[in-house]
Amino acid sequence: MSGSNTFKLDGRDIPFEDGDTIMDAALRAGEYIPHLCHNPEFSPHGSCRVCVVNANGRQISACTQPAMENMEVDNSSDEIMEQRRALLQMLFVEGNHVCPGCEKSGACQLQAVAYYANMLSPHFTHFFPQRSVDASHADIAIDFNRCILCELCVRASRDVDHKNVFAIDGRGINTHLVINSPSGKLGDSRFAASDKAAHVCPVGAILPKHTAYDRPIGERLYDRQPISIVGDVAAHEQDEDR
Amino acid sequence: MSIEEFISRITAPANNQPGHLLQYLYEIQYRYSCVPQRAIQLLAEKLSLTESHIHGVIGFYSFLHDSPRGDYDVLISDSITDHMLGSRSLLDALCKKLGVVPGVPREDGRVTVDTTSCTGMCDQGPAMLVNGWAVTRLDENRIDNIAELIESATAVDQWPDEFFRVEDNIQRRDILLSDDSNDGAALRSLIDKGDDAILEQIEASGLRGRGGAGFNTGMKWRFCKQTEADQRYVVCNADEGEPGTFKDRVLLNAHADKVFEGMTVCAGVTGATKGCLYLRGEYRYLRAPLEQILQQRREAGLLGNTILGQDGFDFDIEIHMGAGAYICGEESSLIESLEGKRGIPRKRPPFPVTHGYQNRPTVVNNVETFMAAALIAVHGADWFRLVGTGQSSGTKLISISGDCEKPGIYEYPFGVSIQDMLKDCVAKDTQAVQIAGAAGFTIPPAEFERCIAFEDVSTGGSFMVFNQDRDLLDMVKNFAHFFVHESCGFCTPCRVGSSLMKDLVDKVHSGHAGHYDLDEMQNIGQLMRSTSHCGLGTTAPNPVLDTLEKFPQIYEKHLKHSSYEPAFDLDAALQDARDISGRDDAGAHLGTES
Repeated sequence: MSGSNTFKLDGRDIPFEDGDTIMDAALRAGEYIPHLCHNPEFSPHGSCRVCVVNANGRQISACTQPAMENMEVDNSSDEIMEQRRALLQMLFVEGNHVCPGCEKSGACQLQAVAYYANMLSPHFTHFFPQRSVDASHADIAIDFNRCILCELCVRASRDVDHKNVFAIDGRGINTHLVINSPSGKLGDSRFAASDKAAHVCPVGAILPKHTAYDRPIGERLYDRQPISIVGDVAAHEQDEDR
Repeated sequence: MSIEEFISRITAPANNQPGHLLQYLYEIQYRYSCVPQRAIQLLAEKLSLTESHIHGVIGFYSFLHDSPRGDYDVLISDSITDHMLGSRSLLDALCKKLGVVPGVPREDGRVTVDTTSCTGMCDQGPAMLVNGWAVTRLDENRIDNIAELIESATAVDQWPDEFFRVEDNIQRRDILLSDDSNDGAALRSLIDKGDDAILEQIEASGLRGRGGAGFNTGMKWRFCKQTEADQRYVVCNADEGEPGTFKDRVLLNAHADKVFEGMTVCAGVTGATKGCLYLRGEYRYLRAPLEQILQQRREAGLLGNTILGQDGFDFDIEIHMGAGAYICGEESSLIESLEGKRGIPRKRPPFPVTHGYQNRPTVVNNVETFMAAALIAVHGADWFRLVGTGQSSGTKLISISGDCEKPGIYEYPFGVSIQDMLKDCVAKDTQAVQIAGAAGFTIPPAEFERCIAFEDVSTGGSFMVFNQDRDLLDMVKNFAHFFVHESCGFCTPCRVGSSLMKDLVDKVHSGHAGHYDLDEMQNIGQLMRSTSHCGLGTTAPNPVLDTLEKFPQIYEKHLKHSSYEPAFDLDAALQDARDISGRDDAGAHLGTES
C-alpha cells in the first residue's frame, strides 16, 4: 500500500489509501464534507446525497465514490452548497421537522447540517405527511415524523445487533421505516436501549426516554460549535457534555 | 389445497432459497389475490427471513398486495398513448358499471379496478391486465362485456380468446427480423470457430447495448470472461418498462429461440453456466410459451448439459418474473430483484459485470442485444457492420405508437431520420415525437432531420407521435406522475424531487401557476439530473426540462399572468368535506359562480 496517493479537495492535497472513498480520506485529513446517511462505522450508503461534491466535473456522492489519484474535488463552491441546501430543504418538507418543538434540537445532525449549509427556510411546499409516534417501548421512543430514511438503524440492527428490528417498506415517496414485531410496535420487538441501533440516529427519530432535557437546549453539542468542527452526533454518544 | 401445502409446493423446486422470494410472492399473489399474513409467516420460517423484510418486498412491487384485491384485479394501462386512445373514459365507464372507485376493492370481494404503468401494448391499446393477463383493444363494447363477465363471475380462462389476442404488428423488417438461419446455427458457429474468435467477431461488429445505454457488448462480455470467479451469470433484461416500448415483447413472441441462442453464445464465450430471463410481470402470458421453447431447446441439445455434444458446455436458463417495478429495468436493480429483494439500484462501482448476481461476474443485456449477438455469431461482424453508421452499427427495432396510421414494430438501420420514420408510419401534422420513453427526448419538427443513432438521438426503442391537436402538457403531466409512481425512494432528489415536480406540473396544468413555478421546475429538474443515485433519477426530469426549452408555449398558455401563485389550493382543500357530504355540485366548489 503506498501512502503517496493524493487527490485535491478545494485545492488542498488529501492523501488516501487503496479502498478509501473521498469521504474516508477527507474526514481522516480533517476536512468536513456534510453528510447524514454516512457513518464511518458502517459501509457507505449514498442515499441522502447531501455529501454531493463535484469530482473531475461530475456531481457524485463523496461517501460512495472511490478516491482516485489526482482527482479534483470541489467541496465548497456556491453551486455545490446550493445543491446541498436544496437537498436539505427537500428532507425538511418531506417529513415533519419542527425544530423549536423537537427534543433533539441542538444535537440533531439534520438541523446542524442545515445551519452549516446556510439553509434559512424550507423553501419548498411542505408535504405534511401523516405519520405516527411509537412510544410503546419502555426506554426508547420513535417519532416517524422525523425519519429521513438514512437506514442507519436498519444497518446497525442487522449488522451489529443481529436483531433485524428495522426494515424499509413501500416505494418512492411512500417509502417508510417499519419495525419487525408482531404488532409493528417497538415495544413488541427485541429492541433494547443498549442496541447499537439506539445510538446511530442522526435526527430526532429514535430517542431515549426520560433524559430529553437533562441538558438544556442552548447548551448542546451543535449549540456550542458547528458540525464542521465537532462532526457527527453519534460520535459524541458517550460524551458527558453532549 | 391448504395454504401450507401450496407454499410447500412452490418452494420445493428451488429448495427454499431466500433469493426466490419474489417468485414465491408472485405465485401466491395470483392464487390468493394478495399475499396473506399466514403466507408471510410461513415464508419467513422457511426462508429464514424476517416478516418485515417480506412486507418490504411486497410493498415495493406494484403487483403484490398484503390485502385482497378480489377475484378480478383489473389494471388499466395508464400510458400517455393509452390516454390518447381513450383509456381514461373507459376506466370511468368500467368503474361506474361495477360500482367501484379506482384502487379500492369492492366490498363483496369481487373486483378491484386500478391503473398501472404502460403495459407495452401501445400499438393495440387501450390495454389492461386482468389478474396479470394482458387484454388489448379496449372499447366501450369490450368494457361492457368485461363488466358482465365480472358480474357473472366468469373465470378469466373462460373469457373470449379474442380479448387476449396480442399482435406482433411488424411493419418493417431488416437484417434481424428477416433472418432465417436455423436454430442452433450460432452455437454450431461457436463450436466451429471457438469462443475467442466469436468474441472477436462480437467486438469487431461494434454491437452496443440495445436497452438504450449503448455500452459496447463485446467489451462487456470480455470483462466478464476476464474476471476471476467460480461462477458467472448471463441475464437477459426483458423488463421492458419504458413507456411506449414493446419490441422485446415481439421478439420474445416471434424470435425467442434466437434470443435464447444469443444468451447461450454469451455463456459459451464467458464460461457462465447459469442464465436468467427477467420477464416483466406485464408479459405474464409469454411465460408458458417461453418455458416450452426452453424445454424444446433442452431436448434438441441446445441447452442444458453438454450442449451440442460438447463436453463442459453446460448452460441453462430460468425465467424470473418481475412484479410491477420500472426501476428493475436498471441492471443493478434487476439483479437485486433476481435475488428476491426490493429493486434498489446498487452503488457503482463495482459494476455488475464484475460483481453482479450473487456477487459474481454477470452479463446483463437487452433482449434485442442477445438476438443481434446470435446472428453476428452466424454471419460475422462484416455482415453486421454493412448496415448502420460508423458509431452505431446494425439496426434498431423501434416501437411506434401514438398519432399515426400504422403503429407497430419497425426495424431500421441506425442513421434513419425521424422524418422518414414519420412518413413510414403515416403520421400527419406532427407536433412532437417523444423518443426513448418518459425518460427520453421531446423532439420538435425543426429537429425531424435528426437520426436514430447513439451519436444523435439514442433510444431503447420507444417512439411516440403527438399531432397538433394534442396538448403536450398532458404528456408532461403523465410522465411526471409516472416517475412519482416508479421512483424507488432510495435517494432524496428523486424521491422528493419527483413529487415536488409532479405537484408543480399539476399546478401548471390546472391553470394555477405563474412564471416563478417554471423556474422552480427548472431548478428541481437540474438538481435531480445532477445529484440522483441512478439513471432513473437523473433522467426523470427530462420531459419537463426538454419541453420547457423546446415547447415553452405549452406552459405559457396554461399560466396565470402573475409571477407568483401560492401552492395552496383552497378549493382542492375542500375535497375531504365534499367526499364526506357526498356533494360535488357547483355550490360545493369555490369560484365556480364567476
